[in-house]
Amino acid sequence: MSVRRIAEAAAAESLEFTFDGRPLRGQPGDTVASALLANGVRIVGRSFKYHRPRGIWSAGADEPNAIFDIRLRGATQPNARATMVALEAGMEVRSVNSRPDAERDRYAFLDCFGRFLPAGFYYKTFMWPDWHRFEPSIRQMAGLGRLDPATQPAGATQRNLHCDLLVIGAGPAGLAAARAAALAGREVVLVEQQPRFGGSLLHRPARIDGLAGPAWVEDCLALLRDRGARLLSSTTAYGIYDHRLVCLWEQRGEGGDHLWRVRPRQIILASGASERPLVFDDNDRPGIMSADAALAYLRRHAVLVGDDIVIATNNDSVWPAAAALAEAGARVTIADCRRTPPLPAPAGVELLPGAPVGLVEGRNAVAGVIVGTRRLAADCLLTSGGWTPNVHLYCQHRGRLRYEEARLALVPGEDLEDLAVAGAARGALLLQEALAEGHRAAVGGGEGPRSEGALASFHIEAAWPDPRSARRQWIDLQNDVTVKDVALAARENFRSVEHLKRYTTLGMATDQGKTSNMNGLAALAAVTGRSIPEVGTTTYRPPYVPVPFTVIAGRRRGQLFAPVRRLVLEREHREAGAAFREYGSWLRPAFYGEGSPAEAMAREAQRARETLGLFDGSPLGKIEVMGPQAAALLDFTFYNRLSTLKPSRIRYGFMLQENGVIYDDGVVLRLAEDHFVVSCSSGHVPGVVMRLEEWRQDRFDPGRVVIHNSTAEWATLTATGPASRELVAALDLGVDLADAALPHMAFTTGSFQGQPLRVARVSFTGDRSYEISLPASHAAALWRRMREEGARLEATLLGSEGLMILRAEKGYIIAGKDTDGYTLPMDLGLTAPREKRQDEYLGKRSLFTEEAEKPKRPAFVGLQVEGKEPLATGAHAVERCAKGFRSLGFVTSSYWSPNLQRPIALGLVEAGRQRMGEEIEIYHLGNLRRARIVEPCSFDPEGERLNA
Amino acid sequence: MQCFTCPFCGPRDETEFFYGGEAGKERPEPSAEVTAERWAEWLYGETNSKGPSREIWLHLTCGEFFLMERHTVTHEVFATRATRGEEA
Ligand SMILES: [Zn+2]
Repeated sequence: MSVRRIAEAAAAESLEFTFDGRPLRGQPGDTVASALLANGVRIVGRSFKYHRPRGIWSAGADEPNAIFDIRLRGATQPNARATMVALEAGMEVRSVNSRPDAERDRYAFLDCFGRFLPAGFYYKTFMWPDWHRFEPSIRQMAGLGRLDPATQPAGATQRNLHCDLLVIGAGPAGLAAARAAALAGREVVLVEQQPRFGGSLLHRPARIDGLAGPAWVEDCLALLRDRGARLLSSTTAYGIYDHRLVCLWEQRGEGGDHLWRVRPRQIILASGASERPLVFDDNDRPGIMSADAALAYLRRHAVLVGDDIVIATNNDSVWPAAAALAEAGARVTIADCRRTPPLPAPAGVELLPGAPVGLVEGRNAVAGVIVGTRRLAADCLLTSGGWTPNVHLYCQHRGRLRYEEARLALVPGEDLEDLAVAGAARGALLLQEALAEGHRAAVGGGEGPRSEGALASFHIEAAWPDPRSARRQWIDLQNDVTVKDVALAARENFRSVEHLKRYTTLGMATDQGKTSNMNGLAALAAVTGRSIPEVGTTTYRPPYVPVPFTVIAGRRRGQLFAPVRRLVLEREHREAGAAFREYGSWLRPAFYGEGSPAEAMAREAQRARETLGLFDGSPLGKIEVMGPQAAALLDFTFYNRLSTLKPSRIRYGFMLQENGVIYDDGVVLRLAEDHFVVSCSSGHVPGVVMRLEEWRQDRFDPGRVVIHNSTAEWATLTATGPASRELVAALDLGVDLADAALPHMAFTTGSFQGQPLRVARVSFTGDRSYEISLPASHAAALWRRMREEGARLEATLLGSEGLMILRAEKGYIIAGKDTDGYTLPMDLGLTAPREKRQDEYLGKRSLFTEEAEKPKRPAFVGLQVEGKEPLATGAHAVERCAKGFRSLGFVTSSYWSPNLQRPIALGLVEAGRQRMGEEIEIYHLGNLRRARIVEPCSFDPEGERLNA
Repeated sequence: MQCFTCPFCGPRDETEFFYGGEAGKERPEPSAEVTAERWAEWLYGETNSKGPSREIWLHLTCGEFFLMERHTVTHEVFATRATRGEEA
């Protein structure tokens, strides 16, 4: 029995869980890591590359080895760090990168090939003939946790918070800062990544203001609560972003995680420091652990990590651990690299000065330690190579580090305007320093809390990795990077630390090198003959710890990721058997009824021409432009003049971009001298509003023209076909439907159930059509009436797909489908405004450039083919040239026309007008077809049906 | 996530805003007198300054365009103000 619990909680309080299928028991207050140690588990996983057995290293966020998939309540959290997850009953804990489990891993043989797998091995070896041939099997062996596609973890709740002071870290410095700030009346938010507040005060010996460490922590928390501070535990500040946005991930277990977006006025970073390993031969064996972590497991969880404990160190910080472990009953030896350690050995502890570790015996556990010429019996080896301040957030916030020789650490330089660093995070490892710094950072001066009984001095001597060693020494435990790998990279001239990192993958694992970065820098410095400050450090980027995508995504997924817009009549359409598709952001009926989609579309398109089609056109834009300058604004923003339009009349028009390219087409209604409605395409409503707004504010008097987007307020229900007038007449809308009173491209007003409505004669089918716009609240009632009356007239419901066929038969364009980012209005044959307009309008100058006047521009044409098969949309019109084919353009729309009983197609073809009547070749997926260039309009070219 | 201050609505997250271009660009008119070079400059010429920059932004939430002076490297925002009645 080597690692075990020395004080069990009452049996009633035990928490059952499994590890790699084995049933185990923990107790309340355990982390997954402490529970595993309490059960004597040494091997917790297999290393990433060589599948070497690994054990728990730390008790904090820097843990490189104890990475698990944890299944609880039907959901799996992949790659959880065992040191940061509070144990819950029923957890199924599974080691990663091991098959079948951590103890008996079948890929362990890979370690024997270690010398054949140096840094860059995969880059160099699997390039030929193709990496993708090797990738699947390599990925199977490597990698960490597995996502469980069967379960969707709940999305996190995302919350915003503004506060005066955000204190990150609730160890001594953070608590002193929060306490002082709260007493000074400041609004404080205090976050702690561990489940419990207190940091090192929970396990390192100290008395503060007369209280034992944990009691002082409780005192501080009570005071903070009393003053209204917000306290968040199990909460990691993982990133500082632009303009001081701090993101916090709060793990709440069953309650569901929260993501907090905090904008504090000031930040105090008291994130502590991580103990880094000493690097020696085989320094990755299970049972080698951080000395401070061993103390934490003892004091917080009553777990004793061994009976025969060797503590290897180059500094004073292990003394409290040595004393406590000896007191708990272990035989403890300190093997100190330093020839003359400044402190005397603690009671009951043997101190070996000038004694670096030579060799570790044992493979799956520590069996003994060779120090100089002595062999020490050991079942556990604790090491401390010094402390690395957790400066990540300071660096993310553009802080600059400096190297402090006395502490062998990169520490924050100047405090930032809005971010101060306090305590071990700035290298202040002694308790009294940390308390004073925290206090000062919060209130600028004065007396902080007083401590006694803690370590009073800190001395450290360099003991960096030695690149001359013959055996493997591990720097990055999670990514399996050795000192030899660093030396190899340096030999291959990867001298920049950023290149070293990417080539060896040092520091690129999920722990982001929290325990390995300093040793890596030191190794590179040694290999290249430079100092550590000369080597410099890599860039710190968020997140500080791995954050699940589900937390970042929050509720923005599934339907909420890009919410669709829904028709007010969606229910009515569903009841009528509509098949819905997304058009722009709108969910609209594509077609109705059973049978094949193609048949349904054709049936609707045919019936709409024979009798009557009823179509829900509600998403059509309804942008009101009002005021004395309304006509002038529209004149400027449209290619067609609109100021000459008479009230109660409608005009078809184009909106261009400043580069002349067509942005949208639509109709404009003039309600009165100073009141227009722009009915643009459904998908372009926000863009048209924004363009109108831009020029309204830039060029006109915004007090004399205003824009109101009333698209959602009005439904638009359309009747099209020979029976459409009869239908509208039957609706009893109080409207004179005589063609003299309401000709094509005119509108009138009427009413339905006391609601005002507008009836417009516009047509997207080429047949007589009436668009009825009325308040959306009364759309269902009118639609019902239209269907009732329509039944008598053999009406069909017309979905978007059928309408697309009808408009293509007429050669009507869809802007953005039949035009592209190059199409000028002249390419569609719309030349009159360009020739006639003397005034300024959007895009005008672009219509007179060399490019615009090029003779062989693409032109919008129809394409007629033999046979029954329509052309493929997107297929290219080609001509033969020396190299094979040259593209002349492409097919933009193509359908089977049920009314013509043949395929129809539209396209943009180079010099298409001049080629009218010619046959060209259309290329698609290796096949060529012949097509004749014809006019775009293939149905009722005289337009007689508009008034039929 | 930057935080911009709309002159009409106050401080809001950057996702509520849309970049409208560099400030101070004058639309060349009348188009009959505008050379191709001058027009190309209007369409595509950007200073793209590294450092202080004067820009037009749109606050999508309220629909108002406004002037913002900011630093393109540090992202510091010096000032935002309405363009109404002023040259932008
Ligand atoms: Zn605003």
